[in-house]
Amino acid sequence: MLRYTFQRIVLALAIVFFAISALYTVMITLPGDPTTVLLGPRATPEIRADFRERAGLDNPVHVQIAHFWGRILTGDMGTDFNRNRPVADSVFSALPHTVALVFGAIFWSATLGILLGAFSADNRGSWLDRLTGILSVGFIAAPSFVVALYSLLIFSVWLRWFPTIGAGEPGDIMSRLYHLALPSFAIGLAWVGYVARIVRASMLEALGENYIRTARAFGLPRRTVIYNYALRVAILPAVQVLGVGIGGMLSSAVFAEIVFSRPGLGSLIYDSVSGRNYPVVMGSMLVAIGFFVTCALIADLINAALDPRHRSQR
Amino acid sequence: MSDALKVADLSVHYATREGALQALRDVSITVPEGQIVGVVGESGCGKSTLINALLQLLPENATIPAGRITLQGEDVTRANARRLRQMRGQEISVVFQDPMTALNPVLSIGRQMRDIQYRQPGRRAEKDRRSAEMLARVGIPDPVGKLAAYPHELSGGMRQRVAIAMAALMRPRVLIADEPTTALDATLEVQIIELLKDLQKEIGCAILFISHHLGVIAELCDRVVVMYAGVAVEEGPVADVFLRPGHPYTIKLIECDPGRLKEKVADLPAIPGSLPDLTDPPPGCIFQGRCDRATEICATPPPRRVQHPGHWAACHHAKPEGT
Repeated sequence: MLRYTFQRIVLALAIVFFAISALYTVMITLPGDPTTVLLGPRATPEIRADFRERAGLDNPVHVQIAHFWGRILTGDMGTDFNRNRPVADSVFSALPHTVALVFGAIFWSATLGILLGAFSADNRGSWLDRLTGILSVGFIAAPSFVVALYSLLIFSVWLRWFPTIGAGEPGDIMSRLYHLALPSFAIGLAWVGYVARIVRASMLEALGENYIRTARAFGLPRRTVIYNYALRVAILPAVQVLGVGIGGMLSSAVFAEIVFSRPGLGSLIYDSVSGRNYPVVMGSMLVAIGFFVTCALIADLINAALDPRHRSQR
Repeated sequence: MSDALKVADLSVHYATREGALQALRDVSITVPEGQIVGVVGESGCGKSTLINALLQLLPENATIPAGRITLQGEDVTRANARRLRQMRGQEISVVFQDPMTALNPVLSIGRQMRDIQYRQPGRRAEKDRRSAEMLARVGIPDPVGKLAAYPHELSGGMRQRVAIAMAALMRPRVLIADEPTTALDATLEVQIIELLKDLQKEIGCAILFISHHLGVIAELCDRVVVMYAGVAVEEGPVADVFLRPGHPYTIKLIECDPGRLKEKVADLPAIPGSLPDLTDPPPGCIFQGRCDRATEICATPPPRRVQHPGHWAACHHAKPEGT
């Protein structure tokens, strides 16, 4: 298990390294000059050159990447061009909002999805199974920004059940949760259907296995057979998918944060990309990728903990 | 002596697109208290259907148009779900064929054995003690330590011993053994057979032993039922059936046992032809399509010719007793 954990961590670090380096290259070669955006059209060529030199933008790409990593390793993520403060401040004040949003969404969608999937598999052909089947496809197909817009329209503009914008009062947990409800609903909805489909399929497979017949042959109660013997095996693929799915949720979070005007990594990345605020783009992408890779890593480790076969093979 | 398990004229049909598939037809098997009865037949003879019917775990498309299954005098085909669950594991239990897949891969041995005792009063520690005792009884070294082990950490032979321990844990009156040695090597096979014999004496249960392996049946069983394509074609005391088989299928089956071959042959003996279509079985004898003794009379239902006291064969051509 220790060896397995170590392998996964090394792999995760390698992924972060390559992803960020590739992103940096893409960012630099993107059309649009940061000096024009930041210094305005009236800046003289001398001011521009001076800025380029100070920001290190006159170096070749690979040198810039090396400098970037060098600074990261010393804990310096650079300076936010717009706000004139360390990038780390901008990023880490935004991060908790996004983490809360993503985990809120994962929590409710995974719980509901697993229950619906298990129930559908157990009661195949029932009206709830069919309804879940139809709705899941619908949920998966609906883009999260559409869901975000409509849920905003229905639940806060028409019904006035939920607040429209913001992330709630700092320090007031109820207000925070209240503001979290709609955005996490919007980005979690697609995942309910997705998780339900995966759990249903792997549950049906598990229910056909010999060990389920054994459990039945020993007269174990139906609930034990379904929710302990079958679901424990059937849940494994869903955990893996959810770990990777955090990446998808991060991109939906960008929309949700813009639609609901929430602070967070998503809106930070959006603002900084449109403002050519390179240090903030790279800093927030680094944290987002790091977050994603950590979640995938945790999912792998949870899976290993749940599945004893996995644990001793590696 | 009363009968622990009695199957009377049991038929099981599966609804398929081609019509009703007659997986079992008028099968009767009696297992007296404390005896071991073998059922032998090739794949497709209805062994699995028989086990699932005995446990009432048939798939949804199965129906039982006729027959009764009585477990210690109680008709299981009429028992309600609650009563059935009570019987399973307690009064009747099974050792399944493949120990690799019959145990849950993500639950520890101890957990699975504890779950079987869920009806028993007592604390977790007490149940674990009982499980460990049973594991020790079936010859597993370090039984207490093995409770924490997962199935994949044990060898095939050990796993089959665990499966036997699980089946014997509640001291059932009837134990069904579904080819428990097929997945094991020959040396392990002998050990498992010995173990089943000992356990049977100790618990005093009746065993229905299902196998396609004639040697194992001969070694272990008191009586044997030969099945072909869902029909019981011959039944009798083991020695009698093997020494004086009456039904052409039994004769062929014994001839085809590779264990009987004394010298090397290029082609192993086989029965030509294949199983009849069970959605549309031939009238009369089920084996006529592959039988070299078949005549016109075989299109009528064969009588049960008594070969010896307690030994019959369902064949028009079987010679009756004393001829």
